Amino acid sequence: MHRHSVAQLVQGLRDKQFSSTELTRHFLDRIAALDGRYNSYISVPETAAMDAAAAADRRLAAGDAAVLTGIPIAHKDIFCTDGLRTSCGSRMLDNFVPPYDATVIQRFKRDGAITLGKTNMDEFAMGSSNESSFYGHARNPWDPERVPGGSSGGSAAAVAARLAPAATGTDTGGSIRQPAAFCGITGLKPTYGRISRLGMIAFASSLDQAGPMARTAQDCALLLNTMAGHDPLDSTSAAVATEDYTAALDNSLEGLRIGLPREYFGEGLDAATGALVDSALKELTALGARLVEVSLPHSHLTVPAYYVIAPAEASTTLSRFDGVRYGHRCADPVDLHDLYTRTREEGFGDEVKRRILVGTYALSAGYYDAYYKKAQQVRRLIKQDFLDCFEQVDVIAGPTTPGPAFKLGEKSDDPIAMYLEDIYTLAVNLAGLPGMSVPAGFVQGRPVGFQLIGRHFDESRLLNIAHRYQQATDWHLQEPPEVAEGSA
Amino acid sequence: MAIEQDEIEKIAELARIRIDADRIGDVTRRITDILHMVDQLQAADTSGVEPMANPLDATQPLRADEVTESNRREAFQAIAPAVENGLYLVPKVIE
Repeated sequence: MHRHSVAQLVQGLRDKQFSSTELTRHFLDRIAALDGRYNSYISVPETAAMDAAAAADRRLAAGDAAVLTGIPIAHKDIFCTDGLRTSCGSRMLDNFVPPYDATVIQRFKRDGAITLGKTNMDEFAMGSSNESSFYGHARNPWDPERVPGGSSGGSAAAVAARLAPAATGTDTGGSIRQPAAFCGITGLKPTYGRISRLGMIAFASSLDQAGPMARTAQDCALLLNTMAGHDPLDSTSAAVATEDYTAALDNSLEGLRIGLPREYFGEGLDAATGALVDSALKELTALGARLVEVSLPHSHLTVPAYYVIAPAEASTTLSRFDGVRYGHRCADPVDLHDLYTRTREEGFGDEVKRRILVGTYALSAGYYDAYYKKAQQVRRLIKQDFLDCFEQVDVIAGPTTPGPAFKLGEKSDDPIAMYLEDIYTLAVNLAGLPGMSVPAGFVQGRPVGFQLIGRHFDESRLLNIAHRYQQATDWHLQEPPEVAEGSA
Repeated sequence: MAIEQDEIEKIAELARIRIDADRIGDVTRRITDILHMVDQLQAADTSGVEPMANPLDATQPLRADEVTESNRREAFQAIAPAVENGLYLVPKVIE
């Protein structure tokens, strides 16, 4: 059962090949037996999952099932789950049991999907390797000595190791797409505002966006159908109509114009990874697409602009963690100042503290214009570059990452080297565009992905292109050696 | 832009994060590296460019000023580190 896609599981439940109870039990057993190797989960609510599976089976029998009824889904431990610890990968929230569900979780529950567990992540979603998690890093199922990527590394590892049929992630600067690429799965970051942020613990509020992570584009579309939609309780949620994201999957790519930004194919891109991206593009031309060279002239300013804006917003959003209302509190505070400063010293890890400090500096009197305002101006220039490209082309394509997964520990002591891992993904968040990573092959046994970037709210087209590509290729069907051999 | 150690101490105080004295040098060095990297922004010509706070240039929607939430004080206080009589407890603020 664990080798099936979500679409196949949906059919299997209807054909009575297995029940949701059997399916959920199977995944819980796999997690118990195998996740010691991958550390992809932080919490696994076994009893609640089995209860939900029994309820789903009743719903399926009664004939009032939604598409995802009975399908087990893993959720990044950033989504608040009523009565289930939500840590955000941090000591600060190690004891936090939310009194409500995030809108994303509510929607999966409404449709009868099973919460299989909460997945490992970089602390407060700040990282590209999963190494900043308070719970220890997840491992890449393709090579346990390498990172799964981050920050949604646990979700990507769980899907790749077949410890979940699909998962949710969040993406502030690449945190769905980069781990999807490193673990050989398919991941979609929708347009900013497409999915509610209510109950999704904030890192940078103008950049954060939730999205699906699965084996196939079709599965991502099925999850997006449940996740997307306006939420009046999230003031940044877009009041834009949703659509059936599976409806256009099979559309022809004849005449599609794909823009290739020359800045994404130059210095810094690993040659073998670039060759695989080129092969994927060649495949798309065989399916009828036309390649057009375009330019994103402000690309070189993406990393600097992001590393002002994201930390500035983080310094604000993380000011709520004060040891008063929930979460960690230091022992025996002598006064209120000691309570705040020691709680935050103990509760936050190094990378989170670093970003709060950089953000506080960028927002402080005397530096605001030079850093924050300047970065916001550059952000508009970066967005305008994309809008100019979309005058000439329908989508943009390029690499997701500069290369395949790096070794655990290789960059964990060098923040700037880590930041540069996201060089091709950050601009999409700054511009609020939808972006997707699709498996494109392997470099010495390690997966790499290619990235598709679309116009605002054009998720259907990205899913269509990825689906047609996956009908013509089988990179997304490859299994990590331990799974393929049956030892995992 | 270089940043001095005493400036980091000031920023840490603003952010209410205690930093051990034996770590402040290392923290200063790393933040200097990051600020040096983001200084590339200064070379960009942004004259006349409106700052962008929201990627869709969206504005905050308004709604009627009506009570829409129920009172869930007990559920919220059940997860607090210290409460008494419906209040959150903190160390004494006024001596």
